[in-house]
Parts: sequence; C-alpha cells; structure tokens
Amino acid sequence: MNFPSELLYTKDHEWIRIEGDTATVGVTDFAQSELGDIVFVDIPSEGDSLAAEAVFGSVEAVKTVSDLYLPLAGEILEVNPELDAAPEKVNSDPYGLGWMVKVRLNDASDRTGLMDVEAYKALVGA
Amino acid sequence: MESLKTTALTDVHRSMGAKMVPFAGYEMPVQYAGLLTEHHAVRNAAGLFDVSHMGEFTVEGPDALDFLQYVTSNDVSKLVPGKVQYSCLPNADSGIVDDLLVYCRGEQKYLLVVNASNIDKDWAWLQQWAPQFDVRMENQSEQWSLLALQGPHAAALLQPFTSIDLGGLAYYSFAEGELLGFPGAILSATGYTGAGGFELYLPNDAAETVWKTLLDAGAVPVGLGARDTLRLEMGYCLYGNDIDDTTNALEAGLGWITKFSKDFIQKPHLENVKAHGVERKLVGFVLTDRGVARHGYPIVDESGTAVGVVTSGSPSPTLGQSIGLGYVPVSSSTPGSKIFVEVRNQPLAAEVVSLPFLKKA
Repeated sequence: MNFPSELLYTKDHEWIRIEGDTATVGVTDFAQSELGDIVFVDIPSEGDSLAAEAVFGSVEAVKTVSDLYLPLAGEILEVNPELDAAPEKVNSDPYGLGWMVKVRLNDASDRTGLMDVEAYKALVGA
Repeated sequence: MESLKTTALTDVHRSMGAKMVPFAGYEMPVQYAGLLTEHHAVRNAAGLFDVSHMGEFTVEGPDALDFLQYVTSNDVSKLVPGKVQYSCLPNADSGIVDDLLVYCRGEQKYLLVVNASNIDKDWAWLQQWAPQFDVRMENQSEQWSLLALQGPHAAALLQPFTSIDLGGLAYYSFAEGELLGFPGAILSATGYTGAGGFELYLPNDAAETVWKTLLDAGAVPVGLGARDTLRLEMGYCLYGNDIDDTTNALEAGLGWITKFSKDFIQKPHLENVKAHGVERKLVGFVLTDRGVARHGYPIVDESGTAVGVVTSGSPSPTLGQSIGLGYVPVSSSTPGSKIFVEVRNQPLAAEVVSLPFLKKA
C-alpha cells in the first residue's frame, strides 16, 4: 500500500495536503482498500464552514457506507467534480484524481490530531 | 470469543490473498480481486465460490417422505430421484426457521442443504419432530465441501473434468458420480446467482484439487460479497435479512413454495394468514434518487411516516442502479408505487418494481 510521505494523516483514514492556508483532503489507500469498490461519493457541504472532525460527506461502497471527517476546521471551497461521474477514482488514485475537497483552513498553523506518515503507517500496521 | 470454523479451503483463500471475514461462525472469503470484477465474471463467464459453510443433513428411512412433507413447506411428493426442490422449514407459528434445498437421492433418501448460520437451529428443530417418524438423520455438514461454479461458461469449463453428462442436467437436477477422479461427488445444476452453473458437493479431501483445477481452467475466484449482489439482482431472499422467524412465507413472496394441498407444521396458521390477507409484502424497489439503500433503513411515505423497512439493498453492478428489497404495506406493493427510503435522515425517492431486477436477456 502507498502512503506518500509529504502528506499528513488522521485516525479516520483521511489524508490532508496543506499548502499555505488551503488544503486538499481525501481518503487513504488503506481506507479505499477497506471500503472496496466505491460507487458514490456524497459531499453536500460545499461552501460550509465546518469544525475539525465534522462530517463533510459520505462515501458509499458496494457493501458499506462511511462518513468523511474533516481533518482541520475550515470552509469547504470546492468538491472534486470528477467524482460524481467517476467515484472509482477514489479506488484507483486516492491521493491524486480521487481527491475529495479543497478547504480554506481557519488556522493555517494548526496540526492538531494529524499524524505524519510513519505514525499513520504504524496505525494501520503497514 | 469462540474461534471461527474453517473450511477445507481456508488456507488456500488466505494464501491467495482473499479478504477474510467472519460469516455465520466461519472464516470466509468476502472478496478476492474486487467485488465488481467478481460479480461481472459470474454474469459474463464463470466464477467459483467456496460455500462449504452451508449445512448438509441426510434424511433416510421408510417415513422420510412423510417427515419432509410435514417439516417443509413445498410438496416433496413431486420430487423424483435426481431432482432438487427449493423450500422452507416453517416454524410452529407463521414464521420461517430457514430456507433450504431438498435433494431426492432415491426412494426414502434425501439430502437437506441449509444456511450455515442456521445449522444448529435447524438440526435442533428437526430433531423435535423426527421421533414421530421412522427416519434416520445425520448432520454431515462437516463432511462436505461445497463449491459453486456459476456463470454462462460453467458447463463448458466443468465438463472435461467429469464423466457426468452436464448437458443432460436440467435446472434443479443433479447427478452423483466422479469429479477429477474423486468418487462420491454430487453435481447439481443449481445456484443462487441467476447466472446458471453448478453446485459441487465434494468430500473434503477433493476440495483443494477441484478448486485449483477449476481456477486453472479459467474460473474466477469469487467471495461472499459478490454472492450477495448476484442473489439480490435476482430478488432471491437471504435468510436473516429478508426472511426470518418473524416473517411469513406469503408476505415474503414464497407462496410458490408453500403448498396447502398437503399437511405441514404451520398450515393452520398460514391458512389463517391467507384467509385474512397479508398486511405487508416484500417487494423490490429501485432508488430514483441518488444513493444506496441498505438493510435496516426505514421505508417512509410522502409525509415521512415509517411504513416499512429495507431488508436488503445494494448498488446493482449489472444494472448500474441502486436496488433493494423491503417490506411495504400492500397498498404500496404494486409495481410503479412510489415509496421513499430514509438514507441518513434524507428521504430518497424509490419506485416499486417487479422481480427479478435482472430480467432474462
């Protein structure tokens, strides 16, 4: 399984790429593998300002549904428009084409609750 | 925690990298390469399942037919040697102990195939009634491995490995003989996928050789995840989801395997249900709004009042729609009826459709 070292991770198996005061968020390779074939990504929160660990959407696989948790507090600026027609991109490219939302962070220096790649690998036993 | 039971193939599944899950007390493969890939392989070619967790009971003796007439819902007198029948074990009220297959292996000689989760319950239930009849029963669940080779290519793929003429096996027929030189196999033209194919009852020592040979010949290994989406596309009931001890066969759409022309355990109760009419029916529905309905989600009317419950639900890989089964009031049960499924506090529109979801091509 692939866990890029430049990303930060959450215990809920999201990844976050922080660039200045904005960030991109998705789910990890471990998460997509556990979910199985993803058929629907439902993110109705575009434009919302949400707290850290708030639910910003859900992801439906054939056999299961899972909530998506925002790693840090901020405003949902954009939802990946490609996922509506091609949710399987979360399976095939979770850190690239399968990204989920772009967020404007309330506090660009906050790293509360985030893990580096080594800590996340330890969490999932990778 | 009690340790999980294994099948003759558990180590093979692990070594092949299958994702293993606890299911009905067994450690079973839920997926190999991926559910969708496996699902399509069964619909379009041939997939191979290990379903050795299923239970097998033999019933033999002078009263075998009378006993089975009394404890099952279908008419066993219609069975002749070499034929299989889908049936239910009715309970003493109006519910269902289990659904099962009844194999007629000869005069006074039957094999019952039951759900893994119900093996102990079914055995205890049948033992309550057996003393009133001159029958011998044996629980052979641990002695049989069961593989399901399903899909349009199944017969061509399997034929080179057996002297049994598969072309001569009509749907719901079986033959006993050899497979890959192993004697004592039952090759049955049955399955719970709607894709055609065979279920192979084998002595445990034959399971690994047969499994590997059929995969080498081109069958795709399939887990229980795709087994569930395949059966749901056909509208087939899953015990514990769509039917259970509290649902009756008539509301579940199983009237066709409930024969009032004979006497059986719950006949008076069910005749009463029939006389008064069922209050709800198990129906198929397709979501017209985007989303996925799942087991246990409420079915609501336009005002948001709960009127029923989803018993099975999934995206349909073949149809590309979100489908489900659920109990609704009779007034909402005709195809075309509009219902709503409450998905995470949102009512999603759905339409009742006739079953199976997957119509014959």
